[in-house]
Amino acid sequence: MTALVKKDARRIDATEARIATLTLPSGGFSAPARADALARLRAAGLPVRRDEYWKFTDPAALNAPEATAAGAMAEIGAPLFAERDRVRIVFNDGVFDADASDDLSLAGVEIQRLAEADRADLHWARDLYGVLEARGQSPVLRPHAALNTAAASDGLLIRVTGTAPKPLHIHYTHSGETADAILHHCVRVEPGAELTLLETGPAAARFNKVLEVDVAEGGRFHHVRAQGRDHARRAITHVFARVGREALFKSFTLTVNGVMTRNEALIEIVGDNAVAHVAGAALGDGKDGSFHHDDTVFVTHDAVACESRQVFKKVLKNGATGVFQGKILVKPGAQKTDGYQISQSLLLDEDSQFLAKPELEIYADDVKCSHGSTTGAIDETALFYLRSRGVPVEDAQTLLILSFLADAIAEIEDAEIAADIVARLEGWLARRRR
Amino acid sequence: MLEIKNLHVELEDGGKSILKGVNLTVEAGKVHAIMGPNGSGKSTLSYVLSGRDGYAVTEGSATLEGEELLEMEPEERAAAGLFLAFQYPVEIPGVGNMTFLRTAVNAQRKARGEEELSAGEFLKIVREKAKTLKIDAEMLKRPVNVGFSGGEKKRNEILQMAMLEPRMCILDETDSGLDVDAMKLVAEGVNALRDPGRAFLVITHYQRLLDHIKPDVVHIMADGRIIKTGGPELALEVEKNGYADILAELA
Repeated sequence: MTALVKKDARRIDATEARIATLTLPSGGFSAPARADALARLRAAGLPVRRDEYWKFTDPAALNAPEATAAGAMAEIGAPLFAERDRVRIVFNDGVFDADASDDLSLAGVEIQRLAEADRADLHWARDLYGVLEARGQSPVLRPHAALNTAAASDGLLIRVTGTAPKPLHIHYTHSGETADAILHHCVRVEPGAELTLLETGPAAARFNKVLEVDVAEGGRFHHVRAQGRDHARRAITHVFARVGREALFKSFTLTVNGVMTRNEALIEIVGDNAVAHVAGAALGDGKDGSFHHDDTVFVTHDAVACESRQVFKKVLKNGATGVFQGKILVKPGAQKTDGYQISQSLLLDEDSQFLAKPELEIYADDVKCSHGSTTGAIDETALFYLRSRGVPVEDAQTLLILSFLADAIAEIEDAEIAADIVARLEGWLARRRR
Repeated sequence: MLEIKNLHVELEDGGKSILKGVNLTVEAGKVHAIMGPNGSGKSTLSYVLSGRDGYAVTEGSATLEGEELLEMEPEERAAAGLFLAFQYPVEIPGVGNMTFLRTAVNAQRKARGEEELSAGEFLKIVREKAKTLKIDAEMLKRPVNVGFSGGEKKRNEILQMAMLEPRMCILDETDSGLDVDAMKLVAEGVNALRDPGRAFLVITHYQRLLDHIKPDVVHIMADGRIIKTGGPELALEVEKNGYADILAELA
């Protein structure tokens, strides 16, 4: 570990109390990685509020030995992406649901479950499992990701060797009141291969998920996920990506509801002329209990002529809180970098708040990097314009909220998938009028 | 059609008095123009009639076909048949022009208890009307007013007017920022909508727009009141001598 962590008895106690409740799988190809990760977790300790990247988000409920109860709520309307041709794999409370899942078969893609593959000592995923997570621990510690690598009960190991003809969809259902799920997926996109990965569903009362994605030269990876529905759920997720030469990595996350969500994205661009975009749209209504949403993003440029985009938008009402911590790090030699970061919030009342910490750290002299952060209310002039055309005030507000989110949604390349996401947003907004 | 009686308006913030007793009647089928120097209250009149926030009506009334406008929400005024073409049309990124138009048309139809237009019907009508305003399919697809030139924005306003078929149209300095060709195109669009059942109130600084949209009546507004009313020749007089003569005459 490179970062210094203030050690104190309370942090150590909390960490050991959490570790005591974990079931650590033994044996298999992942065993060394799991042991290393456990050591990383012990060395780091779980986060506390005074840690630099936890000032805006209280980690207590994520650290606690047990998950806080969260009721599962019935889905409203058709499930997301129901009309898309896709391979669907379901985990319920973090446990693979064979009956609800399609066969793990998709042309150009090898899909295996971690729990099954882990019976073998040799596996391609040995070079990936916990590897990108460990790299992502520097310069900022991510103890919950180490915890995940150590203790993940299952997940998918996905090796993409061709152009997948349809998306792979992982759906996480939730039924147990105190279900505490830890899943870890690895995706290896081989040179020139392409996959779209969809993720949906509330997953558990508390969900810790890591997704490690290695996109090799010329590979293309599209990630679209929707976290939602259950009001009381909590989640901490990490996406660790390594993007190779002329490769493309795109990730979009929609978050609605949830007491607490922390999504970290750690993107390392290692090959020249690569492109990495990460985007998010979060809508929170504090009326449903509370809503706290945190995007923590770290993009590292370590190659020449690469492009990165961070586009994060939050719509907050009734005392909801949005957090954005985003960094672009341009390493020495990463010339011709084109880095961009925008974080914006739309506050629908005076009770909600948005906390943003944009950072740029640049060690190359021929780069183009920009960042911006704004927070504001609905534009009264635009609202009047729409109303003057006969659009009722609430419909006008909905249109302006969708307008506000448009740049983030535009990061989804597939038009049909983007339309599904917009429909989901419209439904959420329609249910929350007045 | 539109009847404004003794309208007094002040700014909600600070209480500055802007309109100081406006009286105006616009009959169906007629085009009235309001001219006046900067700060005379012309734009405020258009905003107050269409229901923009920030203004307090302290006295008077404004009715559309006998219905009191000033008590209605902006969207109710629109459904009642009032339309304001904005001086500065607002850009709305991420909302397609077509989506916006259809939402507006159907919201008004719904408010009036009429059947909503299907996507097919709507498309047919919008294409036809867009064509006469030289608005191409690309412009219809783009987000509302985003990246539009000044002329395109104003043509888009007229397209909205054509789609919404209001009874009372207010044009707030529609000529501002337009070159002669763009102004002609906009004026043609407006003229095509002239109808015995529809009235226009054209607010402008300059006579030149009135060469293309010929008014029946011209009003001169100054310091929150209409100080002179006449025929089209009044606009020509303003063009020739400016407002100073008229103001001096009344002083």
